[in-house]
Amino acid sequence: MTTARFWRDNATRYNLIATKCGNCGKVTFPPRNVCPVCHRKSMGKMEKIHLSGHGEVYSFSVVYDAPLAFEMQKPYVIAIIKMAEGVMLTAQIIDCECCEVAIGMKVKATLRKIGEEGPGGVIHYGYKFVPA
Amino acid sequence: MEVGIVSYGAYVPRFRIAPQEIGRVWGTDGEAMGKGLMISSKSVPAPDEDVVTISIEAARSMMRRCDVSPKDIGALYVGSESHPYAVKPSGTIVAEAIEASPNMTIADIEFACKAGTAGIQMCMGLVGSGMVRYGVAIGADTSQGAPGDALEFSASAGGAAYLIGSENVIARINGTYSFTTDTPDFWRREGQPYPSHGGRFTGEPAYFKHVTSCSIGLMERMGTKPSDYTYAVFHQPNGKFPTRVAKQLGFNDKQIEYGLLTPQIGNTYSGAVPLGLAAILDNTVPGDRVFAIAYGSGAGCDGFDITVTENMAKYRRDAGPTVKQLMEKTKFIDYATYAKYRGKIRMKEGGE
Repeated sequence: MTTARFWRDNATRYNLIATKCGNCGKVTFPPRNVCPVCHRKSMGKMEKIHLSGHGEVYSFSVVYDAPLAFEMQKPYVIAIIKMAEGVMLTAQIIDCECCEVAIGMKVKATLRKIGEEGPGGVIHYGYKFVPA
Repeated sequence: MEVGIVSYGAYVPRFRIAPQEIGRVWGTDGEAMGKGLMISSKSVPAPDEDVVTISIEAARSMMRRCDVSPKDIGALYVGSESHPYAVKPSGTIVAEAIEASPNMTIADIEFACKAGTAGIQMCMGLVGSGMVRYGVAIGADTSQGAPGDALEFSASAGGAAYLIGSENVIARINGTYSFTTDTPDFWRREGQPYPSHGGRFTGEPAYFKHVTSCSIGLMERMGTKPSDYTYAVFHQPNGKFPTRVAKQLGFNDKQIEYGLLTPQIGNTYSGAVPLGLAAILDNTVPGDRVFAIAYGSGAGCDGFDITVTENMAKYRRDAGPTVKQLMEKTKFIDYATYAKYRGKIRMKEGGE
């Protein structure tokens, strides 16, 4: 079940595909069929767009008590990123020391392993962010 | 039809470990080992990096530097001996990440350290025959050496991607020649976590015989001599072998300077010559001629004679990081961290 669920979102996770409402212009990520602001007025007007991959740290937390699958990476930073298009998303910040991360820090998207279903299972890849 | 490199991109992980640190743990003279191999540090992938992520970083950099639509890519090959899956092509994930799929052919290639250049040759054939408009060949590895083995001082990680085509070529491939025999100098059996090697047997009958034969064979076919080339890059399992073979063949230190990366980042296996060639292309100007010889254990060599074209002058090199920039971004780690990152510590179920 997990394999199919992750697979459905591969394109979104690999290339930061969002939707833009053709009625009000609001960008949503992950993509939606209906705009959360315009509702019915957005029907059939949701356009798929690529986020630029550039953004800044809106807020963050350093994780010291990590889930088992993230033991190798702790301590690590999980952050809310405000993308250039205005939409916010949650992602790990990598390729820098935890102490270097700050609110307002410019970051850009990259692609890394985000998990795997055990040593014999499917590997999941997705976006993480590095200092810009 | 003129076939050549339309664009390229490179990637090297930022973590490094020094031979002194490896020697400290195993009770060997790391300083002497490093000097003997001519390696002062080697790259180490982060726990969330593998051949797929390295290939994607390199391929995305390659695409940013040119105006080719990913939909015009008809073939993609990832050459590596450390594909994360035994069955499930790395290339499918890379193609999806650069939005090139689905109208294309994809395969993963393995030929020890020369799988990346084998991919370049395959793309040359497909482009030259008109079967595809553009092909992508990637050489990348996150190679492993068994704990305590001599390989641990050199086996590192990195890769480079090449877009092969016949339009807007920045570097024309004038010719390619391969020299291949059945020589068991280095191997890894199915299901084994670490490779085995023939020790000193990896030198004269393997590396030197094949690199020398391929180099001479290529120059004979092209009617050239070492002094005709501005730069040269040879496979580099350590710093010593390529330096010695270059001298034996008649190339000077200046010609191999840019392409010799192993002293700083270790042996990136399938990434070695692709990365060395990328470092050279980072520094070339139109008219420069490049000699490249990749070697893969088992054993074989792929040789390339390349001329940089006028298109290099307007090529967007700055749209992706240069190899030098990637090599400057480093963080040294100790052996314990290295062992943790490389999966050499047994974890309880559920961990990575």
